[in-house]
Amino acid sequence: MNGLVILIPVALLLGLGGLGAFFWATRDGQFEDLDGAAMRILNDEDPGTKRED
Amino acid sequence: MNAVAPPAEGEALSTSLFAVEGLRCAGCIAKLEHGLGAVPGVAMARVNFTTRRVRVEHEPALDDDALTDAIAALGFDAHPYVEAVSGAVKRESRSLVLALAVAGFAAMNVMLLSVAIWSGADTATRAMFHWLSALIALPAIAYSGRPFFASAWRALRRGRTNMDVPISIGLVLTAGVSLYETATGGEHAYFDGAVMLLFFLLVGRFLDSVMRSRAEDGVTALIRRVPADALVLGKDGTAERRAADEIAPGMRVLVAAGERIGVDGEVIEGASSVDRSLVTGESDPVAIGEGDPVLAGTINLDQPITIRTTASGAATVVADIARLMENAGQSRSRYVRIADRAARLYAPVVHSLAALTFAGWFISGAGLHQSVLVAVSVLIITCPCAIGIAVPIAQVVVSGALMRAGILVKDGAALERLATIDTVLLDKTGTVTAREAPVLATLDAQARAILLALARASRHPLSRRVAETLSREGVIAAEGVCIREETGCGVAGSFDGVEARFGKARWAAGVPGGTVLATDGRSPVAIDMVETAHADSAAAVARLRSMGIDASIVSGDETVAVERLGDALGISARGRMQPTDKLAVIETLEGEGRRVLMVGDGLNDGPALGAATASMAPASATDVGKLTADLIFFGERLTSVPTAIAAARRTRRIVQQNFALAVGYNLLAVPLAVAGFVTPLIAALAMSGSSLLVVGNALRLNRIAR
Repeated sequence: MNGLVILIPVALLLGLGGLGAFFWATRDGQFEDLDGAAMRILNDEDPGTKRED
Repeated sequence: MNAVAPPAEGEALSTSLFAVEGLRCAGCIAKLEHGLGAVPGVAMARVNFTTRRVRVEHEPALDDDALTDAIAALGFDAHPYVEAVSGAVKRESRSLVLALAVAGFAAMNVMLLSVAIWSGADTATRAMFHWLSALIALPAIAYSGRPFFASAWRALRRGRTNMDVPISIGLVLTAGVSLYETATGGEHAYFDGAVMLLFFLLVGRFLDSVMRSRAEDGVTALIRRVPADALVLGKDGTAERRAADEIAPGMRVLVAAGERIGVDGEVIEGASSVDRSLVTGESDPVAIGEGDPVLAGTINLDQPITIRTTASGAATVVADIARLMENAGQSRSRYVRIADRAARLYAPVVHSLAALTFAGWFISGAGLHQSVLVAVSVLIITCPCAIGIAVPIAQVVVSGALMRAGILVKDGAALERLATIDTVLLDKTGTVTAREAPVLATLDAQARAILLALARASRHPLSRRVAETLSREGVIAAEGVCIREETGCGVAGSFDGVEARFGKARWAAGVPGGTVLATDGRSPVAIDMVETAHADSAAAVARLRSMGIDASIVSGDETVAVERLGDALGISARGRMQPTDKLAVIETLEGEGRRVLMVGDGLNDGPALGAATASMAPASATDVGKLTADLIFFGERLTSVPTAIAAARRTRRIVQQNFALAVGYNLLAVPLAVAGFVTPLIAALAMSGSSLLVVGNALRLNRIAR
């Protein structure tokens, strides 16, 4: 029972952390071009232009 | 393109979007972005590989045509993409994703706690877990439920009801009753059911927002293309610019070469040719001389002409077409989507069922508390998760499959309408026939090289077509000097001391005739354009016939040519059709109870595209055609039409099956709920089970377009 007092808040906080990361990623436009991101890693000299949003 | 000064600090850049065909790999991305970045005047180019689009930030002086050419020079086909997805739709999708994430998070955590309760946690633990569930679920419902609450409230305020009313009532009641149970140490709290319900409903709502109509107003796009003023000549020879509305019939207007004509009129002086692609979708220039009519919105190509105004502003042919389109669109908006029809039946049934259950239990002496609990379990179990997902999931899956086959679905409702089609009307130009291609077989290699060098020096539509054909054949242009274009005549240049001219026969070779290539010491060679039926047009027509669909051609072109094409394909054909005639044909057919699919590309098809039950346009169509059409197909293959119809029909079948599954599940579960046997565990299992079934069934559509 004592373990739960620690474990449940920890689990919830971790989950909330993930949720917060997802909120940030969506707002930041990380999901705009999923296939392109996989391709771009192959380009050597991507000029690092700003991402469209 | 002249040298463009580097962009001044703070100068506003324009942004253009292009749909690009032929993007396949990482190399294509780099090639396109770097290639465009090197074009003078372009500040930045960014490819979105997922949507196959490139966003270009450039100086306002660069127009869409120049950028399209620049992309073509890099080896890709591009079409200007009018950003039709309004900011509001995008924002809505995004806020739904966030609501979905919150609901998913809450559902997972509450479900973990619930599993512990179901496996027999004792009183104290159960009370604590219930309180924890409430702590997670209540804020989540308040945040993620907003789309439903807002929509239900809007409906109720206007004295109506919609699907969101029973959903909202169910959510609020469930949360309230569960909270009461928790506070009084009761056995059953439905927090898990409530958040899971919310999660599934949001999945459906999000998919639906992905499929929401992205159609921008085609009429606005059309009017934007007509110049707002024109240069009016006074009696005394003075000239002044006047707004189009202030130009009265009879006034003389001077139109410079390369300028878009602002009024309808009649040529009184000068001879030139006009690009009527805005109106007809055909990019071949039409020669005009004294006495010939010209239309507002077309481009005067060769030489300045003076025209006498016959109509201006709202009286022009283009404005007429815009009005027709506006009216035509209204008939389509009367279509009621399948999901909405289901909702109309659904809400009253569910409400009365829950109310009856409550009344039944209360009258038979079960007590207020238990009666409310049972009624709430009925509301939860009947909540339309599976129904809410059934339609959008099928449409999302099938549009993904069609997208891979080169067909873009702009609106989910269009798929539903497309499934009902039994008649197809084809506009001839660009959809049935291949592009007009120059006949170059008689030219030797040297002549081809010279022709390419000359043709690519001009922006005249015919030259561009010739240059395109030759480049595609892999011809390398000859090295020439003194290449110059004589407006209205053609292009001339010198190649290894040999003078060559490509243009009007009278200017190039001093003989009457069409367009020729003339080189010193040789007889001029005529460059003719021919129009042929696409090889797969016949196959497409045959497939349509086997699907029980009538096809026929309606075209604005000469009757003889259209009928010849109709004979070649074995279908009926009508020529010389005005926009109003096409509209009339569609209205007659629809009046007879037929469902018409219009396939066309030009502005003259605009009203017809808007009035038909469903419409398709090739990606090469005019802006107006693309904005008005429900589906756009890339490439110019007519086989896309039967493919799309077959996919739409299949989708309709899957949607029907999904409805049957969802209703069948309710028929099983509702009696249990009414009888009071449904515990939170059963509700959770039933809900997720039926939703998974529906999603799995819809995923079968993934293979449809192959």
